Amino acid sequence: MENKEIQTTDRLAVEITDMNKWYGSFHVLVDINLTVHEGERIVICGPSGSGKSTLIRCINCLEEHQEGTIIVEGTELSSDLKNIDRIRSEVGMCFQHFNLFPHLTILENCTLAPIWVRKTPRQEAEDTAMYFLEKVKIPEQAAKFPGQLSGGQQQRVAIARSLCMRPRIMLFDEPTSALDPEMIKEVLDTMIELAEEGMTMLCVTHEMGFARQVADRVIFMDEGQIVEQNEPEEFFSNPQNDRTKLFLSQILGH
Amino acid sequence: MLSSRPAPNRHVGLVGWARENLFSTWLNSILTFLSVFVIGFVVIEVVPWIIQSSWTATSLNECRAAIIEAYGEGTHGACWAVIRERYLQLLYGFYPSDAYWRPNLALVLMLIAIAPILYPVLPRKMLLFSAVYPLLGIWLLWGGSLWTMISILLGFAIGYILMAASSRAFGTLTGLITATLGIIIYWIFAAVPLSELLQSIFPRLWLEPVESARFGGFMLSTTIGVTGIVSSLPLGILLALGRKSDLLIVKAICIGFIEFIRGVPLITLLFVASTLLNIFLPPGTNFDLILRVIIMVTLFSAAYLAEVVRGGLASLPRGQFEAADALGLDYWKSMRLVVLPQALKVSIPGIVSSFIALFKDTTLVSIIGLLDPLGLTNSIRADADWNGIIWELYVFVALIFFVFCFAMSRYSMYLERKLKTSHD
Repeated sequence: MENKEIQTTDRLAVEITDMNKWYGSFHVLVDINLTVHEGERIVICGPSGSGKSTLIRCINCLEEHQEGTIIVEGTELSSDLKNIDRIRSEVGMCFQHFNLFPHLTILENCTLAPIWVRKTPRQEAEDTAMYFLEKVKIPEQAAKFPGQLSGGQQQRVAIARSLCMRPRIMLFDEPTSALDPEMIKEVLDTMIELAEEGMTMLCVTHEMGFARQVADRVIFMDEGQIVEQNEPEEFFSNPQNDRTKLFLSQILGH
Repeated sequence: MLSSRPAPNRHVGLVGWARENLFSTWLNSILTFLSVFVIGFVVIEVVPWIIQSSWTATSLNECRAAIIEAYGEGTHGACWAVIRERYLQLLYGFYPSDAYWRPNLALVLMLIAIAPILYPVLPRKMLLFSAVYPLLGIWLLWGGSLWTMISILLGFAIGYILMAASSRAFGTLTGLITATLGIIIYWIFAAVPLSELLQSIFPRLWLEPVESARFGGFMLSTTIGVTGIVSSLPLGILLALGRKSDLLIVKAICIGFIEFIRGVPLITLLFVASTLLNIFLPPGTNFDLILRVIIMVTLFSAAYLAEVVRGGLASLPRGQFEAADALGLDYWKSMRLVVLPQALKVSIPGIVSSFIALFKDTTLVSIIGLLDPLGLTNSIRADADWNGIIWELYVFVALIFFVFCFAMSRYSMYLERKLKTSHD
């Protein structure tokens, strides 16, 4: 618990103010206010369709918001293309379905963006990629193609691929939901290791064990709103809102 | 654990194979015998016609007499002598015979230029030659001064320098516009005087010019086909990307172009190329007919390719686009590095089908008076000596087209196998 306090700084990584988003006439995010400090680990949970994925996808502009402001690492997200590309190279993202590039080897997946976006020399990019592949414990798969790896391995590659860009923030969009049960642990272990090193993380996940172990804050969303947020101990032992209680009883009850 | 043992006898070997594939049911057995009978009948009828033939006669009558003399009364044999006598014409049209080395050399160099594009294991430096080859090939075929080609090439160098200089100062878009304008201005005002000047100083790089009207035969088909194939693929990809673009005007233009071209028969476009364009161009301009045909064939094929590539683009999961975006790749990089390699891989069979169709469609130019191989068969049959000969000429033409198209088809299968990266 102590090192959590040490790593969290006062600098803001993400600052969202009065943000609203609609899909057509459907109001998907309602008056979102959220600040994330650098080094903070946040878990976002909530029933499906509650807008949690949309929220983190707004942070790296995969979705556009229509009202309010989002400031990431001091840069406001606007429709300016230069800003968007800058933000995206600072913010790593892992998807539910990994989205590795199937036509490239694992190593090429990891070096693509550093070489083409950051202009890193190839050799250096490959060294970095091997370093992170070792970190996620699959350096021996570097020459294989994504289709030859298991789901858990693919997700760890996806994490390594994001880390190769040396991001300051990592977003996880249900990283374990598409995995077989025996593979969830290997991905969570990787994420826990990352969290313990002080990476700023926003994770949409239903892994409550993970939330208890590493999160500084758990956010519960429903119908496009942030209903409740609290430290994990408080959140799980003493939920305030009825909807949170219902959700927790459903997800922990089985 | 049980140890593995060999499969039962009736499932292995030749007998096993025949049992499973030819005689698995009563119906299959009947179909097998029927097929063998049909194949046998065709072979028995056709093979003697091919073999009991004459290679030496100088006219159709002489040929028939020679076959009857050699194989007896009532024998119908092929008269391959016509091919022997006229094959040069079928290959080169009316191209001057002392200059046959030029299309021959152009063909060999073309194969060298295409090799590094088809086989990535070859050294990448060969691509430099591929880039220069189009102008070299045009010079070899049409002749004239090599300095014309060099001064055209110089335009690209000027464009590159302008692009590099002005995009550093004013951004990519301004750079692109400056470079394009620079190239066009150079080509219109400076290229011709420059090449004439250089020609007068170094007059040795000169080939006797050959008019387009003398082009013909497979040389013409290959020129139109290969140029059309090479230029329609990039254009088709751009049209496909444009059709999926978020930019409304670009999208509208691409859709309009694709739908218009696809809705019009190729022959109509060829007629426009051969007759109507002359009406719109200022009087006195001599805009080469073959070039006009190549442009029309390219546009036609590009519209079809655009739809094939669009199918490939649509087959990619949205996650691929998102992952590329999330890594900070801009539009062109994500297209080039992530989206197109996958989309094109999916589209290979369709793309190659379009190429094959384009290559075979080059025979349509005989309708507007160009002497492609089929057009030449007419002129050969108009000759009094060979009046009445049909099959031999068409078999020959078909055979050569088949070799080209079959090679393309096999290459596409090789490419598909090579690019396969998963087990699914």
